[in-house]
Amino acid sequence: MLEIEIDGKAVQVPDGCTVMDAATVAGVHIPHFCYHKKLSIAASCRMCLVQVEKAPKPLPACATPVTGGMKVWTQSEAVVKAQRGVMEFLLINHPLDCPICDQGGECQLQDIAVGYGDVQSRYQEEKRVVFNKNFGPLVSSDASRCINCTRCVRFTTEIAGLMELGQANRSEHAEIMTFVERTIDSELSGNLIDLCPVGALTSKPFRFSARSWELSRLRSVSPHDALGTNLIVQTRHDKVKRVLPFENSAVNDCWLSDKDRFSYEALASDARLTQPLIRQGETWQEVGWQEALEFVATHLQGIARERGGDAIGALASPHSTVEELFLLQKLVRGLGSQNVDFRLRQSDFRADPVRAGAPWLGMAVADVDTLDRLLVIGSFLRKDAPLLAQRVRQAVRRNGLQVSAVGPNAEDWLLPVRERALVAPADMVDTLAGIAVALAAKRGEALAEALVEDVAARVGGEPSAAANAIAENLASGEKVALWLGNLAVQHARGAELQVWAQEIARLGGGSFGFIGEAANSVGGYLAGAVPGAQGADAQALIRTPRAAYVLLGAEPALDFADGAATEAALGAAALVVALGAFDAPSIRNVADVMLPITPFSETAGTFVNCEGRVQSFNAVVQPLGNARPGWKVLRVLGNLLEISGFSQETAEAVRDEALGDNISARLDNAVTRVAPARTVVTGLQRVADVPIHFADPLVRHAPSLQKSGDAAAPVARMAQPTLDALGLNSGDRVRVSSGAGQVELTAVVDDGVARGCVRVAAAHPATVALGPLVGELSVERV
Amino acid sequence: MSAHPLILAGLDGDRTWRLQDYVARGGYEALKKIIRDKTPPDEIIAEMKASGLRGRGGAGFPSGLKWSFMPRSFPGDKYLACNSDEGEPGTFKDRDILRYNPHTVIEGMVIAAYAMGCTRGYNYIHGEIFEVYQRFEEALAEARAAGLLGQHILRSDFSFDLFAHHGYGAYICGEETALLESIEGKKGQPRFKPPFPASFGIYGKPTTINNTETFASVPFILSGGGEAFQNLGKPNNGGTKIFSISGHVNRPGNYELNLGTPFSELLALAGGVRGGRKLKAVIPGGSSAPVLPANVIMDCTLDYDAISKAGSMLGSGAVIVMDESTCMVKALERLSYFYHEESCGQCTPCREGTGWLYRIIHRIEHGLGRADDLDLLRSVAGNISGRTICALGDAAAMPVQSFVKHFGDEFAYHVEHKKCLVPPEIQAVGSQIYVSPSC
Amino acid sequence: MLSQESLQQIDQEIAKYPSGQKQSAVMAALRIAQVEKGWLPKDVIEFVANYLGMPPIAAYEVASFYNMYDLTPVGRHKITVCTNLPCALSGGVNAAEYLKQKLGIDFNETTPDGKFTLKEGECMGACGDAPVLLVNNHKMCSWMTTEKIDQWLAELENK
Repeated sequence: MLEIEIDGKAVQVPDGCTVMDAATVAGVHIPHFCYHKKLSIAASCRMCLVQVEKAPKPLPACATPVTGGMKVWTQSEAVVKAQRGVMEFLLINHPLDCPICDQGGECQLQDIAVGYGDVQSRYQEEKRVVFNKNFGPLVSSDASRCINCTRCVRFTTEIAGLMELGQANRSEHAEIMTFVERTIDSELSGNLIDLCPVGALTSKPFRFSARSWELSRLRSVSPHDALGTNLIVQTRHDKVKRVLPFENSAVNDCWLSDKDRFSYEALASDARLTQPLIRQGETWQEVGWQEALEFVATHLQGIARERGGDAIGALASPHSTVEELFLLQKLVRGLGSQNVDFRLRQSDFRADPVRAGAPWLGMAVADVDTLDRLLVIGSFLRKDAPLLAQRVRQAVRRNGLQVSAVGPNAEDWLLPVRERALVAPADMVDTLAGIAVALAAKRGEALAEALVEDVAARVGGEPSAAANAIAENLASGEKVALWLGNLAVQHARGAELQVWAQEIARLGGGSFGFIGEAANSVGGYLAGAVPGAQGADAQALIRTPRAAYVLLGAEPALDFADGAATEAALGAAALVVALGAFDAPSIRNVADVMLPITPFSETAGTFVNCEGRVQSFNAVVQPLGNARPGWKVLRVLGNLLEISGFSQETAEAVRDEALGDNISARLDNAVTRVAPARTVVTGLQRVADVPIHFADPLVRHAPSLQKSGDAAAPVARMAQPTLDALGLNSGDRVRVSSGAGQVELTAVVDDGVARGCVRVAAAHPATVALGPLVGELSVERV
Repeated sequence: MSAHPLILAGLDGDRTWRLQDYVARGGYEALKKIIRDKTPPDEIIAEMKASGLRGRGGAGFPSGLKWSFMPRSFPGDKYLACNSDEGEPGTFKDRDILRYNPHTVIEGMVIAAYAMGCTRGYNYIHGEIFEVYQRFEEALAEARAAGLLGQHILRSDFSFDLFAHHGYGAYICGEETALLESIEGKKGQPRFKPPFPASFGIYGKPTTINNTETFASVPFILSGGGEAFQNLGKPNNGGTKIFSISGHVNRPGNYELNLGTPFSELLALAGGVRGGRKLKAVIPGGSSAPVLPANVIMDCTLDYDAISKAGSMLGSGAVIVMDESTCMVKALERLSYFYHEESCGQCTPCREGTGWLYRIIHRIEHGLGRADDLDLLRSVAGNISGRTICALGDAAAMPVQSFVKHFGDEFAYHVEHKKCLVPPEIQAVGSQIYVSPSC
Repeated sequence: MLSQESLQQIDQEIAKYPSGQKQSAVMAALRIAQVEKGWLPKDVIEFVANYLGMPPIAAYEVASFYNMYDLTPVGRHKITVCTNLPCALSGGVNAAEYLKQKLGIDFNETTPDGKFTLKEGECMGACGDAPVLLVNNHKMCSWMTTEKIDQWLAELENK
């Protein structure tokens, strides 16, 4: 610690900190533009000039290291003179038309100009004009307002991981641009809006629709990925106007993914359900809640009575709240069924009988910063968990974390991957076994007894070079973690991947866990929304169709491991009750009743994030139309069905009942042995990603996100050797077929796809006909 | 006579730049001796300190002291950079050193690398002198072939690789940290210091940067001894210095003189003021140095301390001579345009202020000046000065401040009368194409 | 995109820098590309960026920062005249005026036959040689009296 003096006040600050850091400790505000605590230091705006004892010139607080006994003045005459001078320079070419600028009211330049600017400008020449750029559907450019602080350039390079923006030209001609008028395609691009201290980068969907001071600020939690990003939702006249990050250093820092930020547009979508609907043959009848719920209760009761509880299945989106999931499973169980599941895209449930608890990340999110080795297994990390990927990226940049990967995909995560086993899905188990064998050899330890036999049968020869390299890398680490991603969870032999990850973690002295597919991938387990020993899981409920289904927040075609089969199973059922926020063709096709429940913004609820963090939130606006919070609808339904335990007054009461008070004791990734399954591969294997902006109904209905680069139509990606073997060229139109059906796509060369595989996105209307996310495909020229 | 040329001695233009010529002049003897005697690096640095050599690029920082800043026990690469990005108006000495005596720079750099334990070096050569860059590449090839550069220099344990990096048109890369950025393949925007290059230079590794002429002086210091070099000049101003004299003189060119030589002597060597006209003003150290009126400079000796005492800087030793035909407003307008054009655009005062300065001077020159413009000029220049990341802000402000200070009347006349104090026909004489008969 | 010869030259430049520091060669690579193409279209800049494994915008930053790179087409011969103060005192501006009048174009213009582009340059570090011209970035012409300008133009005319 060093002792220094700021404005006559003594403060103790850590070694190596800057005057700006010290001022923060001392509670002294120093005006600044280019400085941002999460970005590298530019020291270029010169607004934070301060006076330091013995320094002949004013020094920038953001870049000046503190030395013991230093005396700093931040308000002296010399400082104010310097800062006023800088402010004048910043303003001479800045359009002084705050009343028509979208940033007005939340502009750092405007705020600081009030303190340091002059009433009259001494600059009487023409102001510089800089042409606006088209950065895409999310970020709007007002280039003449730019003060060249380069926060945006540093953000794309350092945080988003790819330098998409640069400062071209020099002198006063310097301007911020992308290369050749490209759009900004980062999945984190919206943060540029928050970072820009002036009105040069603003939100395209939001701009000019409200003034910041008219908006209420309410806290919430993102309903999308498993990180549980903390939000500030801003509303006006009972409408969500925009979403900003709520800073939480343990979760999302001060960032949002674009999905978190812009999905609010879907809340006002025309596709929102606002009234209960009952099917009348081919048409739909709007009915009141009473009638709708009585209809549901009567029919569910009838089926339970006539065909037994097992004839009823409940399938819930993992984006549902803990409260919804808890009451849903309670309802189904009250009807005598154990058939409830929220793991809709999973296809291997063999771990269910042998798992010790709820699968989770296996570590705290914040501890990513302290890892030195990370093995990511079967993940589209960057798009599936953008801010977790960001945290990994920072740990690589700052702390020397080394990341390795196993999987059939090698798209750019914008962070260096040290070792990679690019293998087809069917070879992933063998690869993990190989890593375990190699690691055991390096450590001089034996494999777990239960696995020795499997190895003898499977790995046979030596571990592959890639497996060896990964083992080597893990062996050299002190703090090791393994993460299983969405592809691993959705894998046909996902349970075996879990078993082997557990073994590698044991041998490597590290942790292992799941990144998680959705906001409540952990919460669903804790809420009991999984089948009991006698129940049927999500896959069994489709394979063996039931007479009645309750669907919660999911679309049959797009949110399941096999959309086509799900549509077929539900289509054949006697009764399908669909609770959801959105209307959708595949719901209309199969449902008998559609009950409008509210999205996260209109209900109280809870998500448990991947690290087991329980995050509750309240409604920020009133329900749209006649939509009602899902937990309330389920509670009423429980009462109508005369099932006991549906008398909770508040969402908090439901949550407390659902989660109890010792969450951490219930988080456990341990599994005992799962018998190896043999897969015989004859054709091309499908690699199915769930594109970031198609993962859940909310984001699918967000118009601006649907215009972004991440919403591009699916293609059939193959490595060059795979294309060659098929006699295809990149760009050819091809027919892709599975046992379930066929679709026509464009073939695209992508050497980030394992040989013998075709990467075709799921969760998209254009590929639903292909059926399962996993399995084999054939590809031929049209 | 105060001229004992070292660097430029014995040269015959394009005919004597090759390795064999340099060796014939006694070149590489200093290096050979160091290698043969295994001279301890500390002794070399001590010799450098004794020489009183001050950086020839402009700032005049004692070179031996700078060398002593390099960390001794740094594991991994340490870098050496030569700053041949000579683009300060008035300065043209490094070009002549590189094309007529490139091996003296190479030898100087190898010795410096030996003294500081550097493993790699780059000579950053100004963009507009491509032919000089090509010649330097040839000289490097000669040195490599002769075992004077590369692995196991002169069959010793000492290895040092040296390469030429060619600029492409940016004055700012003469600023040492902009030069480092440029070597890294980025635009040349200066870095904030600290950290200083000695701890965080090229690729974040310890780096020492010296000017071409500084390195060129090293072999002579090591062969003749630091004290002898010091004695060529004045205390604290050791050695010889190449002065580039340009503008209104009869024989513009480079003249290597002992530091402390009277200005009048240099002027005489350059053939005096052109056309017998009267000397008006001199910028003694490159365009960034404050201008001095004739009467002040005529009493000066050419050394760091004397010029500094007179209110300017010796800088790079670039002497720009202006006679009575010069309109000082027009002269300043052109210089201010230069700084405006060459500002890197990074920090606010320089990016915004240099254009403002130029526009004010431009309107004064074009008869649109306003009564308070001189105050405005002083104020804007004052707001740039000392507030920027690098010295370009100061460099842009100093000419403005000094021109207005010494020639305020001329500026005021422009504002008041919307025309120049120097009649156009006289100005026309001074701006005619002039080529010295010897060229 | 670029000839084998250019790529070879670029590879030689890359070799000057430690491994993993290919970006250091971007200035040279852009120069070499410009010599081959006459100027630097965006796709050439992108090619160079990809060749060196750096983001295209980072290469564009470099190309737009250093003023000897031409981001718009120029004539077969680009003539850059230094008009900075030391040169101007020895006729640099007059030499530029003479060129403008001879070629019938202003600064930053190209003759209708596409042969000549005229640019105003900043200090070339050759003030003692004033007036100074730079032809096609790489050839410096010193002491350019009107007679010598005429000679040069006549020579370039036929190149």
